[in-house]
Amino acid sequence: MSERDELKILEEAEGLSRRDLIVKGGIVTAGASLLGSPAVAAAAVKRSARADKKLSYAVITHGAGDVFWAVVKKGVAKAASDLGVSTTYSESFNKPDKQAQLIDTAVARKPNGIAVSAPNASAIKDSLRRAEKAGIIVITLNSGVDQFKQLGALTHVGQTENIAGAGAGQRLAATGAKHLLVIFHEAANIGLEQRFAGAKSTFKGKVSRILVKGVTDVATSTNEIRTKLQADKSIDAILALNPQMGIAARDAAKGVKSKAKIGTFDLSSDVIKAIQRGQVLFAVDQQQYEQGYLPIVFMYLYNTNLNTVGGGKPVLTGPGFVDKSNAAKVSALAKKGTR
Amino acid sequence: MAIESARHPTRDERVAYVGLLARLFQRPEIGSLVGVVAVFVLFTSTATGFAELDGFARWTDEASNIGIMAVPVALLMIGGEFDLSAGVMTGSAGLLLGYLVTHPDWNIWPAILVVLLFGMLVGLINGVLVMKTRLPSFIVTLGTFFSLEGLNLGLTSHVTGTVYISDVDAAHGYGLARTILGSSFWSPYDFQTRVIWWVGITLVATWVLMRTRFGNWIFAVGGDATAARNVGVPVLRTKIALFMTTSTMAALLGIMITMQLRSIQAGQGIGREFEFIIAAVVGGCLLTGGYGSAIGTSIGALIMGMATIGIPFSGWNSNYRSLFLGIILLLAVLLNAAIRQQAVRSRR
Repeated sequence: MSERDELKILEEAEGLSRRDLIVKGGIVTAGASLLGSPAVAAAAVKRSARADKKLSYAVITHGAGDVFWAVVKKGVAKAASDLGVSTTYSESFNKPDKQAQLIDTAVARKPNGIAVSAPNASAIKDSLRRAEKAGIIVITLNSGVDQFKQLGALTHVGQTENIAGAGAGQRLAATGAKHLLVIFHEAANIGLEQRFAGAKSTFKGKVSRILVKGVTDVATSTNEIRTKLQADKSIDAILALNPQMGIAARDAAKGVKSKAKIGTFDLSSDVIKAIQRGQVLFAVDQQQYEQGYLPIVFMYLYNTNLNTVGGGKPVLTGPGFVDKSNAAKVSALAKKGTR
Repeated sequence: MAIESARHPTRDERVAYVGLLARLFQRPEIGSLVGVVAVFVLFTSTATGFAELDGFARWTDEASNIGIMAVPVALLMIGGEFDLSAGVMTGSAGLLLGYLVTHPDWNIWPAILVVLLFGMLVGLINGVLVMKTRLPSFIVTLGTFFSLEGLNLGLTSHVTGTVYISDVDAAHGYGLARTILGSSFWSPYDFQTRVIWWVGITLVATWVLMRTRFGNWIFAVGGDATAARNVGVPVLRTKIALFMTTSTMAALLGIMITMQLRSIQAGQGIGREFEFIIAAVVGGCLLTGGYGSAIGTSIGALIMGMATIGIPFSGWNSNYRSLFLGIILLLAVLLNAAIRQQAVRSRR
């Protein structure tokens, strides 16, 4: 072979291998990055999800980022993982118009069902009607026990606030108290008004109420309660409607050395500790974990097996009472954020 | 050259004489002073115990909650800027403190130091963003407000699984820290130590505004930033320093509240930012900047504290609390404006 031929062959070989390298290398790199890219991964997941037709539910409550709703959210998440469905949770911070917006947003994503709390049923009526027209089932939770049928919900999971309030009023009346102060931490909340009405009906004595700053400012709320106790020394029973307000009431009463008996609604680890120490008499537990967990289960049963629950009536999760006799056992669960 | 006269031996005839009363009425605090007297008289007449030590303890407590932050916010307003993240910053600081002493189990004093540094950092970010982008501080700090609000809720939920941090009293060094920052004294009335801090901060702020060069710079920068720069005032440094002071004070208030309550909610402080601005305006600060007073602001905070506490003391229906507050504040601000007009007219 002549030198030139040899060189030519070498050149071709080099060129080919270089070109080869570039082209083949390019394809491999591109392929690897594509395979690794999240877009493809997500698309693969979506494909498999579509294949399994994973059920999805949206939960929209009027919560305000507080301890109580954090437990509901945990219930929703546990139900999702136990049943293998996907859920979303959003809160309207006690604003009815915002809740209606959030429901519309959730409906646009076409879930299989939505679970909503209905402290203001008329504000969300239209949004729920649109959801039902789109074939989405609705369950109400926590508030709205008297309106769930009008809203077209399958059932209501919660506690009848009137009965719970009545139970609390009864327990405080049994201590011999004559003047009850009820602490409102949210304005214009129908559920709280119903608790107040229930307590008033069974407490055989004078019932006053005070609206305090609320959970965004526990220090000020404590100060306001303390002021009220100072101004009216005849108060010998206090009913708080929220665990943080229960602690505020305890601190306020301690400050003026008041012997008022304190009851509160809903649990927190601080409230359970206070019950164990005898500073708070009892907590009305509506077991809000179930209010997050059960709606998902009920909607799942309906979607997969057309089962209904409740027989047209609400499914009650309370009232349960936590007092010194059972506080210790509940305490361990509350630390996990599920009670 | 002064004309010696029997009655006024050193008066200079070239300078007009302004009577003591007129001079008093020109001060920015005078409107809020009249307002606080009016509110005090109102509640003393409708409530028993309001004017007693019991009542003093309660409304100074609430006033200090507003006042500790209203004073630096007022300084910032005199300097011509707003900080809407001041309220939520107290929550962020309290949550950071709560986290540091409960999860990595820090001693309380280094944790407090870190939280104050965090406050300075947020203030620095606010200041730099406002000055470099030349956007209205209202908008920039609104962005900071929403960011902090989301972080407060999200990070707390992520770390603790719930929306508050408690058991702060289990931290090392808690006892002494609480005594200095979050305890109460003079039992059975229980005045909060916060009140002493508030008075101290007001005095320091007044001294800075009235007697130091930096105070002059604050007035200059708020009155007309361009003119101030031309005269040699370091506008950038002054404004950033004001933002940093506001956020650091917010961090301090958050620390105090966490010390007092032994816990902190993720939503703490949200909504307070407007109360600080209101206290400053009631106290004589102009929304446009360049005019105001720290003492007036504290008196404004006192008015708000009295109103908040006076309502339960008087047994008024607390559902109307916001209405009462609104009316009282409107009256206080109108009174302020009227007196200032009167003072300007009666200069001679």
